[in-house]
Formats: sequence, C-alpha cells, structure tokens
Amino acid sequence: MIPGSFDYLVAGSVPEAVALLEQHGDDAKILAGGQSLIPLLRFRLAAPSVLIDINRVPDLEYIQETDGTLHIGALTREAELDASDLIRNRYPILRDTASVVADPVVRNWATVGGNLAHADPANDHPATMLALGAQVVAVGPGGQRVIPIAEFFTDSTFETTLRPNEILTEIRIPAPTAHSGGAYFKLERKVGDYAIAGVAAYITLDDNGNLTYAGIGLTNVGPAPIKARDAEQALLGKPLDDAAIHHAAALAAAAAKPTSDLRGPAEYKRDMVRTLTVRALRKAQARAAGATGGEQS
Amino acid sequence: MSTHHIRATINGTSYEGDVDSRLLLVHWIRDVLRLTGTHIGCDTTSCGACTILVDGKATKSCTMFAVQADGRDIMTVEGLEQNGKLHPLQEGFHEKHALQCGYCTPGMMMTSLALLRRNPNPTEQEIRVAISGNLCRCTGYVNIVKAVQYAAEKMRESAEVPVSAGEGGE
Repeated sequence: MIPGSFDYLVAGSVPEAVALLEQHGDDAKILAGGQSLIPLLRFRLAAPSVLIDINRVPDLEYIQETDGTLHIGALTREAELDASDLIRNRYPILRDTASVVADPVVRNWATVGGNLAHADPANDHPATMLALGAQVVAVGPGGQRVIPIAEFFTDSTFETTLRPNEILTEIRIPAPTAHSGGAYFKLERKVGDYAIAGVAAYITLDDNGNLTYAGIGLTNVGPAPIKARDAEQALLGKPLDDAAIHHAAALAAAAAKPTSDLRGPAEYKRDMVRTLTVRALRKAQARAAGATGGEQS
Repeated sequence: MSTHHIRATINGTSYEGDVDSRLLLVHWIRDVLRLTGTHIGCDTTSCGACTILVDGKATKSCTMFAVQADGRDIMTVEGLEQNGKLHPLQEGFHEKHALQCGYCTPGMMMTSLALLRRNPNPTEQEIRVAISGNLCRCTGYVNIVKAVQYAAEKMRESAEVPVSAGEGGE
C-alpha cells in the first residue's frame, strides 16, 4: 500500500520543529518513530500534506532521574525503556508497559512520546502515565508548558490538548517514594496486537499501610484512555486489603466503556478490567513492599 | 510531494538516488535497487518479513520511508553471505530445517542477527521473545529457535578465536 503524497521536512531541533508546525499548521504531522503513523498513512486513514521528521533532533532521547522526577525524552524508543536498568530497578511499571507495546522490532523505533501524542486508547503508555500521575512537556512558539497527563487526553479518540503548533518533548514522572509501587497488565490475543483490555495501577502507602495515592488507568476499553477516578478515590486512606481491592476493581470495571468487536464482547472486556485491576493492584502492593518500589527480575 | 536525493550504505556498498517522500524503504530496496531478498508480507507492520538492520537495529522496512534512511547504514539478507560462505544463521536455518515456504526467512534471520549481536548466548525464551515480531505460518517456530541456537553457538565459537588472551571463554 502506498501512502498519499506529502512533503517531507526534517527538523534539526525542537525550535525548528515548532517553526515548521507554525508554518504548516493543521496540515502537518510530526513523524517520530512512525510505527503508528506510517501504517495510518499507508491505509490512507491519515493524509497530512506535510511530515516533519524529528528523528534527527539530538537530545530528545534520554531517561534521567533528577530532583525526585524521572525525565523521559519524547523520542526515547520503547526498546531503550525496556532495556534501561534505571527503569527495571525503579519503575517496573514502565518496563511492564514498554515490553508489551507492539512487538520487539516495532519497539526499536516506536517512541514513548509518540505513544502518548497519538492518543490511541489502544496504546499502552496512556493508562500507565495516568496511573503514575505523569506530566508532559509541550513546547510551542511561546515557550514550554507542563500539562498533567489527565488534562492531556480528551474524551475523543486520537485527540490531545496539544495545540497544532506545539510538540511534546518530555514526559515527567514523580520518582517512587517509600512504600510505592505499580504494575501494568495487558491482556492480548497475541504479541503485536492491541489489548483486549489493559490496566495500570500505581499506589503509595503510608507507614501504617494506608493508601495515600492510588492511580488506575485503563487501556482500550473506551474511545479514549480512561482514568478510573472512582476506583482511585475509594482506595484512599484505607489499607489495601482484599475487600478494598475487589471494590476498586468493580469501580474500575464500571468506569470502562468497552464496545464489542473482534477482540470480544463488551461484557467480557468489562469483566477483564475487573480481573486485571485486581492483579495490577496486588502486584503494585507486592512491589510497594520493596524499598523503592522496584524489583530485580 | 517532495523529492529527495538520498545516499545510504547497504551491505557495505554505497547507493544513492532520488526518491519521492512517500516511497517506503522496502520499495526502494526491492523495486529500485533490486535487492529482492527482503520480502514484503503483510504491509501492516505486523509480519516482519521486511525486517532489515538500520544502523544495527532490526527495522520493519515497510514502516520507514526511504528518505529517512539517508546517511544510514543498512544491512539486508543479501549481506549475510560472505565470499560464497553462508552466515552461521543461514547455515543454521538450512541444517535445522527452519523454513518451509521460506517467505519469513529473510526477516527472521535479520531479527535473529540483531539479537545475537546484542546477546551472543540467548536462552530459548529470549530467542522466542526476540522473534515475536516476525511471523512464520509454516514451522511453528520450533526449528527456527533451533537454528538460532545453532548460529549462536557457531558465532560464539568463531568469536572466541581472537579472544584467546585475557578473560574470554565461557
């Protein structure tokens, strides 16, 4: 299949990419890893007249923890996240996620920033970033702004609150504190497929074992990535016992808005959200029992 | 539509030419340069038949534009054989009967090569994960895994020769 015609432009820096976006506006799309965009172009489901390639922008690929925050450059490849010792030891929920995005060959080019900016509810990072309470950095002509991830996605598929002249440059995640941990569970028919359903959970407990933070994000069970707010709220201030886990799982399932398709009937997907939420919370709890929320595996 | 003059090294040889922006890398390699060892399978970034190495990274060449390869170092299946001698992976696929129709084989070998360069002694599970983006509808993968193990052993043996001094060894 042959994509439609477009002009190909290379941005050598973030300001250059922003200038090109300014110039071409809605007609332009950023080409990062291209592992979602190029298939869409081939199917002619998208037909931008200009592609702005940012793969040659230096310094957009990094994974660094500084001042209590993990900084991930938007162009960081999934394979790098998957292979990072820092991620393995300190942010296993991110490794859970990166290691199930598409397949290993796709992950060599697919980027974390693209996984978010594409805002496909079937993508895996949105749920995890919602659970983690991440922020994204957007750079536009007027400088940069920091957007909480929950305000980055809208209720519509493939839509974010990025402006047409803004580019996502970084993802920021709070570093794990004591007694915190998270996990991502994806149910998929086969490697490379989108999730039938996916659930990310991240928790922080106080010294008495009561929850001070709970984040739950859902993959591919609605038109947009879903933050299961009721489930999160229900968990706060209490110990994470079986009753609390099952109550939250039921609320997360209620927050899902799945549709019936080849991956299964809506009812089944909703029930999988419940099951996966139980598993994600239990794993998050086990990881939180470690000193840093990390684990050696 | 923009046209671009690009230059890339493929299997050690420098190629250049004018390409339309929308030309996929796999089409440049196959249709323009006539290196037809790289296959096109699904055209949906699923099957991995078109896998090549771009700057050493296993890459689905149907999911990159030719213009993006400008200045990059590419290796296709044609680059495996050296001076009429099969690469250990090719030898392994032959010895272990790791193909039936052979359609997935070029991509399967390129993905495996990237794995073995990164991890010379992979476990069966690591091999299975590494090739999970390459689909084979004939073999059931059992013999492909054996072929990669065969190649891994061969490549470790030949790599050990120059490392006789110092640490090295198993």
